[in-house]
Amino acid sequence: MIKTSRTGASYSRRQALRMMAAGGAVGLFAPQLLGKPAFAQTPPTAPTGRVVVGLSQEPTVFNPLMAHIEVDDGVNFSMFDALFRISPEGVIVPNLALEVPDQTNGGISADGLQWRIKLRDDVRWHDGQPFTAEDVKYTLELIVNPDFRAWRTTGHALVRDITVVSPTEITWRMEEAFAPYLNFLTETFMVPKHVLEAATDLNENTFNQSPIGTGAFKWGQRIAGDNLELVANPDYFGEGPYIEQLFFKYIPDNTVLYTQFRSGDIDLVGQAYISPDNYAEAATLPERVVTLVPKTSVETFYLNVEKPQFKDRAVREALYLAIDRQAIIDALNYGVPTVTETFMPKMSFYYNPDLPKHEFNLERAAQMLDEAGWLPGADGIRVKDGVRLSFANSTTAGAHLREQAQQFIQQTFAEIGVEMTIANLPSAVMWGDFWTLSQFDSAMSGINFLIGADPDVTNRFHTKAITAKGGKGSNNAQYSNPEVDALLEEGSRTFDPEARRAIYLKVQEIIRHDLPFLPLFANTSVFGQKEGLQGFVPNTNTRTESWNTAAWYWA
Amino acid sequence: MSAFLLNRFLQSVVLLVIVSIIGFTVLNLMPGGPMAQYGLDPGMTSDDLERLKEQLGLNRPILVQYFDWAWRLLQGDWGTSFRDGSPVLSVIGRHIFATLLLMGSSTVIAIAVGTWIGIRGATHRYSAFDYVATIGAMVALSIPTFWFGLVGIYIFSLELGWLPAGNMYTIGDGSALNYLHHLIMPSVVLALVHIAIWSRYMRTATLDVISQEFVKTARAKGVPERRVLMKHVVGNALLPMITLAGVQLPSILTGALVTETVFTWPGMGRLFLDSLGYSDFPVVMGLLMFSAILTILGNLIADIVVALVDPRIRLA
Repeated sequence: MIKTSRTGASYSRRQALRMMAAGGAVGLFAPQLLGKPAFAQTPPTAPTGRVVVGLSQEPTVFNPLMAHIEVDDGVNFSMFDALFRISPEGVIVPNLALEVPDQTNGGISADGLQWRIKLRDDVRWHDGQPFTAEDVKYTLELIVNPDFRAWRTTGHALVRDITVVSPTEITWRMEEAFAPYLNFLTETFMVPKHVLEAATDLNENTFNQSPIGTGAFKWGQRIAGDNLELVANPDYFGEGPYIEQLFFKYIPDNTVLYTQFRSGDIDLVGQAYISPDNYAEAATLPERVVTLVPKTSVETFYLNVEKPQFKDRAVREALYLAIDRQAIIDALNYGVPTVTETFMPKMSFYYNPDLPKHEFNLERAAQMLDEAGWLPGADGIRVKDGVRLSFANSTTAGAHLREQAQQFIQQTFAEIGVEMTIANLPSAVMWGDFWTLSQFDSAMSGINFLIGADPDVTNRFHTKAITAKGGKGSNNAQYSNPEVDALLEEGSRTFDPEARRAIYLKVQEIIRHDLPFLPLFANTSVFGQKEGLQGFVPNTNTRTESWNTAAWYWA
Repeated sequence: MSAFLLNRFLQSVVLLVIVSIIGFTVLNLMPGGPMAQYGLDPGMTSDDLERLKEQLGLNRPILVQYFDWAWRLLQGDWGTSFRDGSPVLSVIGRHIFATLLLMGSSTVIAIAVGTWIGIRGATHRYSAFDYVATIGAMVALSIPTFWFGLVGIYIFSLELGWLPAGNMYTIGDGSALNYLHHLIMPSVVLALVHIAIWSRYMRTATLDVISQEFVKTARAKGVPERRVLMKHVVGNALLPMITLAGVQLPSILTGALVTETVFTWPGMGRLFLDSLGYSDFPVVMGLLMFSAILTILGNLIADIVVALVDPRIRLA
């Protein structure tokens, strides 16, 4: 039996209200994917069986607070817990905390500065020690310890005066009101104070290679370069786990990853999922369920707006008009992704659906450039004030669908007298200083603009986030607009979802007008799993497909 | 002999220093670096990246970094992997078994089959067998290994279902038979190229010996053809092959980049590619020094063995 489904992006008023009440962003899936399907059997009473998740990168960082990449998250979510979790619908729900603090329940003060978190009292670490507020304090302090090779510190750096009120209650003060912090805490996993305090070196110790968490799975064993085995934690305080062994299998090549899904070696294709060019075939495989799941990342044509070619908004607008987006989606990406006009994921409560629609119109593009004074030179390439409308486009070498899109765009640009050369680089080069210090002319990539599911995009679009100009952040397009700056500052201070929504709708409107990047399409992942695997629910508010392994079981 | 060894030791030290300087310089000149893996993470601010660089000591001048690394290496500290925080030697240790298994078996296949084809090709020169072997060797040498690998997986795994589509073992089954089953395809695919090389060398070497006077003398004395072949021809033809084996020795421990990727084999070749991809400098440098030492050792062993078995050669 072949089953494919596309998860949609529509939400009801009631759902929206419920989510707003929870103070989170909203990510939505078709209702049939939210709950357990009607035909689902009940999970086993004791953990049984195993699930093998195939990954195209190898998880190697097992201290969840240390600098790590997306692929490590599946292990983190399975072995550790955070104060809160974020559901597929974007609702922030309690995990180790008893309730989600907000300004109405007294967890967060009216000025957003005082935070009070109540914790569960029934949680134990994998070694049997009780989890307490001391662990939370230790975790939050470790992240900002200058000697510790921590992952993101945004938000954590604002925390002051952490006070353990009781083993189940902790308070702190924020240096400034920062609404996104609640969302960041859904990705901040708690580590055991009693274990790490005993380590002589914070960065290199045995915990890193055999971690102890509170999660549904315990450390099993790691065959470096091949797989990682986790085993069920029968004393888990939450739902599950229902499977006995959870394997993360590293399969370095995307084609081989798909092949091993076909051959049945893996039960679930994790990151980097199934390539769109294999989608049609994958959908016909027997005993496999293949699903299209919208991703938070947007495929973008990034413009370095400080380059003389791109300073003129008319040029950016004309380039956008000269991209045959639909052909890129249908012909090159097998119709898998969908159109978008913004950086905000479509599933988000903050998504602006009313932005001007892109059209592919070479005539208007040419006319627009003519009017702006960019006139064809002797070689046919447009020039204005000595600047030729010629630039390079770069992306990770070897990303074949993206490389095809580049060539396609190159051709339509040539038709309006714009010269685009292709200069692709290995990923270790592409995403180093070349990207972070804005040394590129234009770049192409799937960009995830949000941190967690919070709509705040200060890091991407605020003037003070331009690293190339001494700022702190990831404003790689070097985009600067005082109006956007002001809105972003207001948005990060605002806790009320409705008020925040108005702010971010406006931000999207301005950015759609200014076009520091040209949105090509909203990415969609092709998920694949064996029939019979139950409880698996995609959650694009997290970075991993393995965010709820505790709920997985075999029918 | 001891003068020879001392001489070779000093040469080797100089060579290792040169290799390490070139390796370190090239790695550090390569744009990008270890922070590139976080480049697309919206939450990693430039501040976070600078902090990490500082903590890893990457902000120091290259020369300082090099001497620090070399000084530690001299004391037996190969450094710590940026990626997983474990000591480089233990990272290498975790991958060496997989490579040894794969390269060992493919080398055995390659030497056995290659030697046989080479000798038979030489003794049956211009026969149908010789032509087929020559063309076969050319094909094996010109077609990339990953192509053979993917075609093999397609035919034997997906279509026929006889062999696994890669991996070193089935998760949940660690039996010797299971390892063997998984070993067949990658070791044969990897052996193909080596059989081609080995058989061509062996054929040439055999032809060289066959036309020599002492072989003719043996035949004239009435020594049976089989004995002429085994004792006089093959024995002498194998001499140059010892050198070839010495050159190939390091690859047994350093692994096969492409084959290990196609067959999802968790060996040293994969480790090298991954470490390069993440700019895990300590591991890349460790692997570089490791293979440089093996290359030196392989050549040294080959020279000594040749001198031992061939009385015409004296080491000085």
